[in-house]
Amino acid sequence: MNPLATLQKKPTPPRIDTTSHAPQRDKREVRPGLLADKGSPAVRPPAAAHLSDEQVAELCKELDTIKSDILKRRGTEDAKYIRRVIRLQRYLEILGRGALILDGKNKAVWVAATAALASAKIIENMEIGHNVLHGQWDWMRDPDIHSTTWQWDFATPARSWQHTHNDLHHRWTNVLGKDKDVGFNLLRMDPAQEWTPVNLLNPVFNMVLAPFFEWGIAIYDLEIDLYLDGTKPKEVFMDDLKAFAKSGGSQIMKDFVVTPGLALATGAHKEAFLGTAAANLIRNLWAHSVIFCGHFPDGTETFTDEMVDGEARGDWYIRQMLGSSNISGSKFLHFMTGNLSHQVEHHLFPDLPSSRYGEIAPKVQEICERYGLPYNTGPLYKQVGSAWGKVFRLALP
Amino acid sequence: MKRLRPLAQAASIAIHPLGVEELFGLFDPVFSRRQLRGVVTEVVRETPQSATIYFRPGYGWRTHKAGQWARIGVEINGVRHWRSYSISSAPGQHPSVTVTDIGEVSSTLVHNTRVGDVLFLAPAQGEFTLPEEARPLLMMTAGSGITPVMSMIRTLIPHQKTADVVLIHSARTEEDSLFVDELRALSAKFPGLRLIENFTGVGERFDMSTPAQLDAVCPDWRTRAAYVCGPEGFVSDAEALWTRSGTGAAGLTIERFHTELNAGEPGAGGLVTFELSDKEVEADGESTLLEIGEDAGILMPSGCRMGICHSCLTPLRAGQVRDLRTGEVHGEPGELIQTCVSAAAGSVNLGL
Repeated sequence: MNPLATLQKKPTPPRIDTTSHAPQRDKREVRPGLLADKGSPAVRPPAAAHLSDEQVAELCKELDTIKSDILKRRGTEDAKYIRRVIRLQRYLEILGRGALILDGKNKAVWVAATAALASAKIIENMEIGHNVLHGQWDWMRDPDIHSTTWQWDFATPARSWQHTHNDLHHRWTNVLGKDKDVGFNLLRMDPAQEWTPVNLLNPVFNMVLAPFFEWGIAIYDLEIDLYLDGTKPKEVFMDDLKAFAKSGGSQIMKDFVVTPGLALATGAHKEAFLGTAAANLIRNLWAHSVIFCGHFPDGTETFTDEMVDGEARGDWYIRQMLGSSNISGSKFLHFMTGNLSHQVEHHLFPDLPSSRYGEIAPKVQEICERYGLPYNTGPLYKQVGSAWGKVFRLALP
Repeated sequence: MKRLRPLAQAASIAIHPLGVEELFGLFDPVFSRRQLRGVVTEVVRETPQSATIYFRPGYGWRTHKAGQWARIGVEINGVRHWRSYSISSAPGQHPSVTVTDIGEVSSTLVHNTRVGDVLFLAPAQGEFTLPEEARPLLMMTAGSGITPVMSMIRTLIPHQKTADVVLIHSARTEEDSLFVDELRALSAKFPGLRLIENFTGVGERFDMSTPAQLDAVCPDWRTRAAYVCGPEGFVSDAEALWTRSGTGAAGLTIERFHTELNAGEPGAGGLVTFELSDKEVEADGESTLLEIGEDAGILMPSGCRMGICHSCLTPLRAGQVRDLRTGEVHGEPGELIQTCVSAAAGSVNLGL
């Protein structure tokens, strides 16, 4: 009997790589693997053009040191942290849902319960779900808190999201044509993306996307475009579709059928329905705002194929820093964003525990300053405003 | 719990993606959907280097048979580690394991376990159990080899008037000898248990190179069902004695302490066995296990190929691997490893 036996009973079927962008050259190059320690891309991004290969290698070493330092100190306290957050989230969920059912007619209770449920959803998606699904807590070897077993409270199935997010987005961060998170196939978010008249609807699309964000992500994760052009095999697409029907259906059942249904007993069914709907709305608006702050505010850069062709580890790190932007603010804000307010640090080290990003942020910022690289950060209102500014500006050619 | 299953399922629709176990788990840590657990109810110090840990297991734990062992998981510095331990209690009581401080996991169990701690469990297993029908028994144990036998003796001696057990137990000294007081009390009270103690620190080792010593203390040993448990040398000596004396090893039930860990060697490479695909490939110490598998035509799960997306996680069944990014050699049986950044460090078995 193995410690992770439950993980091994049903091995995830290997996902067929639908995104092999590498040209057919040598066998090894078709499967780009571990990035080299030496070398440079065909073209270095403008913001990093002043750096020599040696300086990039030096920067790489400094960032590696930050990582290995955390790995050395990672331990009991970190494990306690994530378990505490999971307990908090579960209490909020039960209290919020329970109070809506039992006493949703009382206005004060309704407000408190809806707030608790919205917070539970936000914490689950961001500080727990997003980070567990990145494998940030896999090192504990706890099958209850593991990237291969975690089911999250979100419409898109965990496995589909891991593919588009962990693999594609994090590997090809902001590379036009490779990272489809630039605009999510829906919005024009970079001047280099070709303008078509439909982009005039950019602001409208985004205004509809924000309140239904989890459903937008779920549809995006299906990769319908790849299925239609034949790169995504039909079986894979159908599997993803089935998984989506299951996870999305569970969301609707729980929030809009079962919870109000149970509240029939107290007559608070209407209030319970409105409460779960409001909690979902709050979560979606919040998640949309935080995600849009990650890569879209002014100053974040996008990259071309030449800038990743031949890229070594140091240049990969640089791309993560140039392509991401942070949100400054209180510890509470960082917690409620799942520490995605430390987007730069998250993109450098996507599988370090999120709770450690705050601690390494000053070091990363200092390194950026020393190497003359921009470190994009700002308060929430400024970053959100900047992202929305882009949505409006790029509606026009 | 079984009857409540439909109710539990209905309730879990309201709290998707949680299961009811996770809610109960907020109040009683033995509840979990994925992992059998137990809560420590008592810790009894046996010798300076050993302790018996009693625990209340969660739902899903089946009552063990006397003589069986179970894998126990503990957390050290936030990371879960597993080792196998014989269950020392008699069936029906709270199960317990008696652990001697050898290695990091055992040391943590012996010295740092407190009442209320959570242990992780795998169901009890093993064939080292009492015969179906009552018959005279000979038990030979050395060191902590007494542990599974203790469970048998506790099961048998106080409850069966016809029991006839000869126990030859070897330990280094009296202080090191587990359960010595209880064994003496049992043998004084019940004629069915004859205890022969053998302290190697003060006297000779029990000589099994010829039948002479055994003949002297237990003349009818050839007709008894024999149980031997202890370190490798002790067990193989017994096996040889039974074979040589013509009794044959058939009448002998043995349990060995085995060490599963085979330390990896950085840069060594080795034979990679893909267990489910039934393929073996010789790997160098630099290529990733992902590449090795793909070259052998095995459908390997993979994603980013640079260690960031975790979609290539594969169970390591045996051996150790080297993380190509850091050079660190690591791996325990059952651990999920990232094949895209790991190379073989010696021979490796993968669950693919």
